[in-house]
Amino acid sequence: MTFSQELEARFAKMIGNYPPGRQKGALIPMLLYAQDDIGQITDELIDEVSKRLSVKRVEIEEVLGYYTMLHREKRGRRHVQICTNVSCMLRGGEELWEHARGKLGIGNKQTTADGSISLEEVECIGACSWAPAILVNYDFHFNVTPESLDELIDGLRTKQ
Amino acid sequence: MLLNQPHPLETRVLTRRFEYPQRDPIWVDEFVAKQGYEGFRKALGMPPDEIIDEVKKSSLRGRGGAGFPAGLKWSFVDRKSSKPKYVVVNGDEGEPGTCKDRVLMEHDPHRLIEGCLICARAIGAERGWVYIRGEYRFHIDILDKAIEQAYERGYLGENILGSGMTFHLSTHTGAGSYECGEESALLESLEGKRGNPRLKPPFPATVGAFQCPTTVNNVETFCAVPDILLNGGDWYHALGTPKNGGTRLVCLSGHINNPGVYEVPLGFNMKRLIEEIGGGVWKGRKLKAVIPGGSSSPILTADEIDIPADYDSLAKAGSMLGSGATMICDETTDMVKLLARVMKFYAHESCGWCIPCREGTAWLAKILARLDEGAGMTRDIDMIDQLATSMFGRTFCALGDAAAMPAMSIVRKFRHEFEAKIGSAEVFVPAPGTQPLVVL
Ligand SMILES: Cc1cc2nc3c(=O)[nH]c(=O)nc-3n(C[C@H](O)[C@H](O)[C@H](O)COP(=O)(O)O)c2cc1C
Ligand code: SF4
Ligand code: FES
Repeated sequence: MTFSQELEARFAKMIGNYPPGRQKGALIPMLLYAQDDIGQITDELIDEVSKRLSVKRVEIEEVLGYYTMLHREKRGRRHVQICTNVSCMLRGGEELWEHARGKLGIGNKQTTADGSISLEEVECIGACSWAPAILVNYDFHFNVTPESLDELIDGLRTKQ
Repeated sequence: MLLNQPHPLETRVLTRRFEYPQRDPIWVDEFVAKQGYEGFRKALGMPPDEIIDEVKKSSLRGRGGAGFPAGLKWSFVDRKSSKPKYVVVNGDEGEPGTCKDRVLMEHDPHRLIEGCLICARAIGAERGWVYIRGEYRFHIDILDKAIEQAYERGYLGENILGSGMTFHLSTHTGAGSYECGEESALLESLEGKRGNPRLKPPFPATVGAFQCPTTVNNVETFCAVPDILLNGGDWYHALGTPKNGGTRLVCLSGHINNPGVYEVPLGFNMKRLIEEIGGGVWKGRKLKAVIPGGSSSPILTADEIDIPADYDSLAKAGSMLGSGATMICDETTDMVKLLARVMKFYAHESCGWCIPCREGTAWLAKILARLDEGAGMTRDIDMIDQLATSMFGRTFCALGDAAAMPAMSIVRKFRHEFEAKIGSAEVFVPAPGTQPLVVL
């Protein structure tokens, strides 16, 4: 399996960041950065990472079952993550969540039929003073209202 | 990412290079022009023990939640050990309500690098990692760039500034787990494993990353160090209250007029913080309660907050300064709903390693959800308290305590709200001869 040049360069550097013989340290970052490029964790990717880091497949499966950002299933090109934890809840995070579900017609961890947008209710994303906050892939949006969410989602749809 | 206006009552140490409104990070040239890396240069001329003494004198305490004295922690690392020593930065920032480490990394990334260098010098480390939660990719990219600059300018790498010192630093991304903020779980994660915590002792100072002596501190803790070296531990100490040196970042959120991240001295009165800096409760409403240090900290009622906000005063008030996340709840806040949401979080984030937490948080979350939906029973209220009390202090890591503390405090201080939700259909009569499933 080959990765983009950029990713290959990143991996080459990354492996040197861990003590000799302990390159397994690179496992989680490698999976996450590769997932960002490929869209999901595929069987092929698991085999490749297993080979490169000399870790067993099962060690990778263990990690996949633990970290919420790593996913084997395909998600939408834009993954909309809405925080409903306390600081966001106090400022309308739950209403935002309901609003998004209604607007997109999908539920938690589901993807729109055209594959463009997926939705997830997430725990605190560290934007509590600018709540309610949402993440679209890695982009933060602060002080979101139902209206600004509508605009954002419409924008994501036309961008595809 | 400071989206809030600065406030004249702030004391700016950590944030002294910040400018408003939002702008690019302070890159190396500007950093150096504004006294950057000067604290480290000073440390280079000092024996390691003197550096540690200076940090001890400052009475800087860990800003990640537990408030452990930083200088003391550094002194636990055995410099004479033949193993490599490591510096690990905890940038997991997962405690609900907390959004301060990101502000430091985003605005002044070299400050963090400088703090790591000083620690490395003090404990004899040649490598370090900045573990940052996966959602903060934006911040990871900033820090990656700053680290690259530091290598180019000879602040990182070999023979740093001609001193013979070697130190390598890189970022390491998390991938979605609150528990990975717990230092031993973080080290497991750094090694490429599930974030299950380790048995302590041994503490990381003895057996840390890759089985080697390691210092783990929060981002903000490291960021405080350069100015301590620059101006002296006594100067830093004098900014705060006895045993609680310096300034801290506080994240005001919830029902408040001016939410934001502000820098105040340790011991700054909690009520003034909310009323003067935060502009008071929003919509002209009355204050009901304050969660003073992230969702793990016991809640304080409106009449309990006229206290200095430092580690010792908050402990005396039965709560914690925690991670600096101060959440404000106005009079309309539904405390049952609030606790139900808090517990949903802990049940979701419990790593499942030990039974009291794995089962306890899940049951508490279910009972609370039932209560919140109006289908609760009177005995549920006591059951919440009993479950939380029996979980407290009996779990493998502190996540269990973190879940128990808000539960115990909210159900005790706002019991009437729980009772009110039960309404009239509360009397549960088991069928004759039924054996209870759980005897508490
Ligand atoms: C469940 C749990 C989550 C934690 N999350 C964080 C975190 O996100 N960031 C952090 O700095 N410390 C966190 N801590 C505290 C760390 O275990 C540790 O005390 C801290 O990193 C030490 O650094 P300090 O002394 O500078 O605070 C957490 C602790 C627990 C029990
Ligand atoms: S207390 Fe919770 S998070 Fe900590 S080890 Fe036990 S199950 Fe895991
Ligand atoms: S509670 Fe939503 S970002 Fe922290």
